[in-house]
Amino acid sequence: MTTSERLRRPNVPLALRAFNIRRHALRMARVQGQGYIGQALGVADVLAACFFHALNYRPEDPQWEGRDRFLLSVGHYAIALYAALIEAGVIPEEEIPTYGADDSRLPMSGMCTYTPGMEITGGSLGQGLTVAVGMALGLRRKNNPAFVYNLMSDGELEEGASWEAAMAAVRYRLANLVCLVDFNGQQADGPSREILLTVPEEEKWRAFGWQVQRVDGHDLEAVVAALEQARGSEFAGPRMVIFDTRMCRGVDFLERRASAHFVRVEPEEWDLALAALERSRPQ
Amino acid sequence: MSPESARRDCEPRRPQPNAPVLRTAAMIASLDAEGYELVEAPFGHALVDLAGKDPRVLGLTADLAKYTDLHIFAAAFPDRFYQMGMAEQLLFGAAAGLAREGFLPFATTYAVFAARRAYDFIAMQIAEPGLAVKMVCALPGLTTGYGPSHQATEDLAIFRGLPDLVVVDPCDADDILGMVPEIAAHPGPVYARLLRGRVPRVLTRHCPDYRFVLGKGRLLREGADVLAVSTGLMTMRALDAASLLAEEGIGMAVLHLPTVKPLDRELLLAEAGRRRPLLVVMENHSVVGGLGEAVARLLLEAGAVPERFRHIGLPDAFLEAGALPTLHDRYGLSVKRVAERIRQWLVGGGRTSP
Ligand SMILES: Cc1ncc(C[n+]2csc(CCOP(=O)(O)OP(=O)(O)O)c2C)c(N)n1
Ligand SMILES: [Mg+2]
Repeated sequence: MTTSERLRRPNVPLALRAFNIRRHALRMARVQGQGYIGQALGVADVLAACFFHALNYRPEDPQWEGRDRFLLSVGHYAIALYAALIEAGVIPEEEIPTYGADDSRLPMSGMCTYTPGMEITGGSLGQGLTVAVGMALGLRRKNNPAFVYNLMSDGELEEGASWEAAMAAVRYRLANLVCLVDFNGQQADGPSREILLTVPEEEKWRAFGWQVQRVDGHDLEAVVAALEQARGSEFAGPRMVIFDTRMCRGVDFLERRASAHFVRVEPEEWDLALAALERSRPQ
Repeated sequence: MSPESARRDCEPRRPQPNAPVLRTAAMIASLDAEGYELVEAPFGHALVDLAGKDPRVLGLTADLAKYTDLHIFAAAFPDRFYQMGMAEQLLFGAAAGLAREGFLPFATTYAVFAARRAYDFIAMQIAEPGLAVKMVCALPGLTTGYGPSHQATEDLAIFRGLPDLVVVDPCDADDILGMVPEIAAHPGPVYARLLRGRVPRVLTRHCPDYRFVLGKGRLLREGADVLAVSTGLMTMRALDAASLLAEEGIGMAVLHLPTVKPLDRELLLAEAGRRRPLLVVMENHSVVGGLGEAVARLLLEAGAVPERFRHIGLPDAFLEAGALPTLHDRYGLSVKRVAERIRQWLVGGGRTSP
């Protein structure tokens, strides 16, 4: 990011940003008594590193032409991105109680027509990377140095269109495209490794011609280093970072329960979850 | 089960010694439009013209540039052409991305692949956000003898169902030449059917001052007995059938509606209001979900019910493979068959049922 944009951010440690993102997400989910909280807690560290280290954007002007495009291909992760956008000041914190309500700007599944900072309508999984290819081509045509980041899930690696896009990104040497995979090992019907054979992920993407890194998605230093490398590398093609994450990370009793795509939280447990999270507040 | 959808038997076929040899007019969709001037690749040339004036215009295809006339554009503007490979979901997703960045992408493939394979991508990445992607798709309806894998007999039904999508079915080279700048000027997404290769010039032959206007229909010919309401290549058939019928003293008016969605409601109601004894909708599409049903609903809602309403379209069935002229005859899209049915419907002073 340009120095000017980076200096505009107050100097808050990333761990605290991640903590706040988790807290915003829990507060939103509590409003509805449900939500993809497992995913939000799991991807919070990656989002913190994106929104408070890697990405170039202006909170007061989400359509700023110079912004890096952050595409939420995983529409069901909307609650996670809302939490990050709240923390980033794009969405006011006062809107948390409207989550999932009628006329809210924060619908349960992410849609670009509802929410500032939401670049595309995800949810029909496996579409984001194809749009990212088009946007990366478009930015290059305009000589716009911004990057396109596409956040996808391990489940989306199974969609055929992901591989169509994978080929095109290499064919057009899209060095301004960074694909982030939240590898939480979980899909709707069970553990990813038992659904379809996406392994070995790194070798497959490398064989397609991508630069691939794989890091622990909760090791903030490693996440930041991977994002730096993805952006700064001289590699003449698209870049992939696979983040191994754990669902419900940060709320111990939910993390132990997190063996399902949709983590069930009982009504009385939301306050317990917020309290459990509070115990992990970074100093 | 209708006879059309009954499975064919698998008996070996013997060549019939005296039967005329009809070649499968498949990839070169011969429209059997005798007597008309042919225009070479009107879409490709119109897009080159447009691109010369508008630097936002880009061309994308999924390994079908040569078969959608986009190769003309690719040759003229190589750096504004994107080969996306045989990957239709990527084609429309990437077109959406380029439109998001302010470009005006024209994406081409066959109509079947747009409608069937990439539908979800078109729905969510193009139509829902209302992006200005122009999808121009070849082999609409029954314009190939390749059989159901290539015959987009239900694309209008599928795309009419998408909110905010403008749907165009051009008749001929005049329509295509006029359509390209018109759909480019429309700020939202457009699905257009494409006739490619050597395309007949029909409309200005019958109506010298004809000009395609997006969203507008045009009464091409007057007639007191029948009102043909047609779109796409069936307007060609309607005009030719009208000439035949005129020799027999039957007057058929032809109302051409190249924009299938939104319909030119005003003109349609005005012409339906003139109460000719028979109104026939004609379309190169399944009788399910296309122009016929759209017109019927509009007339019913407006209380403008014609004395008799008939529909010429493709049967609700998977069609056969074969030579195009044979198939047009078999399924009722040829001039001869159109005229025949109208004569039948008019028999007895127009008071018998079909
Ligand atoms: C194209 C498509 N197919 C199926 C679904 C239904 N679906 C929603 S989430 C999901 C699981 C996908 O895997 P992943 O995103 O890794 O799941 P998570 O990590 O959130 O458990 C499925 C199958 C969908 N939204 N889109
Ligand atoms: Mg997953």
